[in-house]
Amino acid sequence: MAEAGLGIRIQGLHKRYGTGDTAVEALKGVDLAVAPGEVVGLIGPSGSGKSTLLKCLGAVVEPTGGRMTLGNDLIYHDGWRIPDLRALRRDKIGFVFQAPYLIPFLNVTDNVALLPMLAGRPNREARAAARELLAALDVAHRAAAMPSQLSGGEQQRVAIARALINRPPVILADEPTAPLDSTRALAVIRILNRMARQYATAVIVVTHDEKIIPTFQRIYQIRDGRTHEEAGLGRTLE
Amino acid sequence: MISLAGRDILHASGKFIFTGVGLGLLIGVTLSMAGIYRGMVDDADTLLDNSGADLWVVQQDTLGPYAESSSLYDDLYRGILTVPGVAQAANVTYLTMQVGEGAREHRAMVVGVVPGGPDAPGQPQYLVAGRHLTRGHYEAVADLMTGLRLGEQVRIRRNRYKVVGLTRRTVSSGGDPMVFIPLKDAQEAQFLKDNDAIIHQRRRTAANPALNRPGQPGTLEAVLASQTVNPSVNAVLVRLDPHADPDQVAGEIRRWKRLTVHTRAEMNEILQAKLIATSARQIFMFLVILSVVSAAIVAFIIYTLTLGKIREIAVLKLIGTRNRTIAGMIMQQAVGLGIIGFMVGKIAATLWAPIFPKYVLLLPGDAVRGFLIVVVICVLASLVAIRAALRVDPAEAIGG
Repeated sequence: MAEAGLGIRIQGLHKRYGTGDTAVEALKGVDLAVAPGEVVGLIGPSGSGKSTLLKCLGAVVEPTGGRMTLGNDLIYHDGWRIPDLRALRRDKIGFVFQAPYLIPFLNVTDNVALLPMLAGRPNREARAAARELLAALDVAHRAAAMPSQLSGGEQQRVAIARALINRPPVILADEPTAPLDSTRALAVIRILNRMARQYATAVIVVTHDEKIIPTFQRIYQIRDGRTHEEAGLGRTLE
Repeated sequence: MISLAGRDILHASGKFIFTGVGLGLLIGVTLSMAGIYRGMVDDADTLLDNSGADLWVVQQDTLGPYAESSSLYDDLYRGILTVPGVAQAANVTYLTMQVGEGAREHRAMVVGVVPGGPDAPGQPQYLVAGRHLTRGHYEAVADLMTGLRLGEQVRIRRNRYKVVGLTRRTVSSGGDPMVFIPLKDAQEAQFLKDNDAIIHQRRRTAANPALNRPGQPGTLEAVLASQTVNPSVNAVLVRLDPHADPDQVAGEIRRWKRLTVHTRAEMNEILQAKLIATSARQIFMFLVILSVVSAAIVAFIIYTLTLGKIREIAVLKLIGTRNRTIAGMIMQQAVGLGIIGFMVGKIAATLWAPIFPKYVLLLPGDAVRGFLIVVVICVLASLVAIRAALRVDPAEAIGG
């Protein structure tokens, strides 16, 4: 279990959609904590609240109650939230999606360097940081390629590089291995583990993928809007 | 800072250029419409410039000779010459008609002038080939637009005229090229009847007991003789002494000759505010419609392009891109499309302007104004797409 004030930690998170008789309680007091350098799985059936939790963690949906901290920063606390969620998403949270969703009109380097460029970092500096990350993810040789010229596995590695470029304390990965075969899926998880350790990032992987579930040390199972922590098999990836 | 719009345009350059060319042709039509209006105004100015006159003396209470018919006796110019400040005065007739025969027939304004040099009012100011009218009959100086060549014969009413000179940019306010012929011939062409009509007129006159009285020999012949000549012209063109005040001289002629006199400013007003005003409004309506259509096309294209990028926009918003960056990207694309369209339109309008039968004048000022209007239209047209983009929920990038 992660210590308070490090990584990401949520306590008693509630989310209600609608009001009155039609109100739906999607999250009913979720607790979760992930330490820096740790990769945990988040699993659960459809309609269990997985996506709502991911949106709350990603600061795109505001919870109706509970508390969330990211590193040393308080993000939500019983209706209060930090004012600039957009900057929070840009600087403190990395996203990896089921499909890579790379920007089709930017080459690989600029796709990765886009975030720091948008934040005002000089282009040359941002591209240098991007190339460094691409090298760490073994896709440096495709740095000048357009996304459409990459394989699925390469695209996902570029997406991971984009998520890491601002060195966020947390990465949210939404079904990152769904379109990949076993070998590539395990390769992606291996990369996420390596990057989590290397950059001290907490990684939460939402997945249905039976191939990768045995690789997690810890798993959060979400059912009816509540999380249940389980020990994973932690099967070796090497 | 990276230019997302520029990268997107480069990535989909074929689509942008193809769309820009389509839009450009529409802009080209719009610029041409403006050019047609400018051409009409310029034709009117050219008509006044070419007349070489400072004052137009016409029939009382008429807007002649270009906007209304006007008829004056052809000896009135002598009296006008005595008015202080008048340097030259010359009779002139104008008649728009079909000139030539068969396939070589042209719509032209036949101008009757007293043969002489280029210094006299009403004469073509300069020639590109040949010489000025020097003989009293059957010679013509034609504008190049008529297609006539030096030495060629041209038929006007019953007579044939030899083309002895060629000139250019001598047009009526309607853009018809001019053919200059001697005044006497022009009077005949304009006012005299055909042979059958003359025979009918003589028969009617002879049958009129008031004009053919028994016992008064010579009366009928005198009446008939008066009917075979026509001493009318449409206007007297007046050139003033260098230091004469046009309004003062016009006032003197009005007072003493009891004729209507138009100054250059008044004639300009007549041509632009009365003769071509309706056409100008018509063209303005076309310009408005074409602008609205252009705006609708840009809006539709940019909106469609934006909808095709909804997922990317959601991702951009999710990873923290500012709304103004996304709005800027869409607006820059719309303006980029407008710039491509404007360049294509300007080139197209310039290339096809000479093909138009009437003068199309493309002014640099109009091009600058057109460019600014295109940019404003593109900015406004992009607002619909920007609104759609800003309403994209970043959560759409996350499944579920």
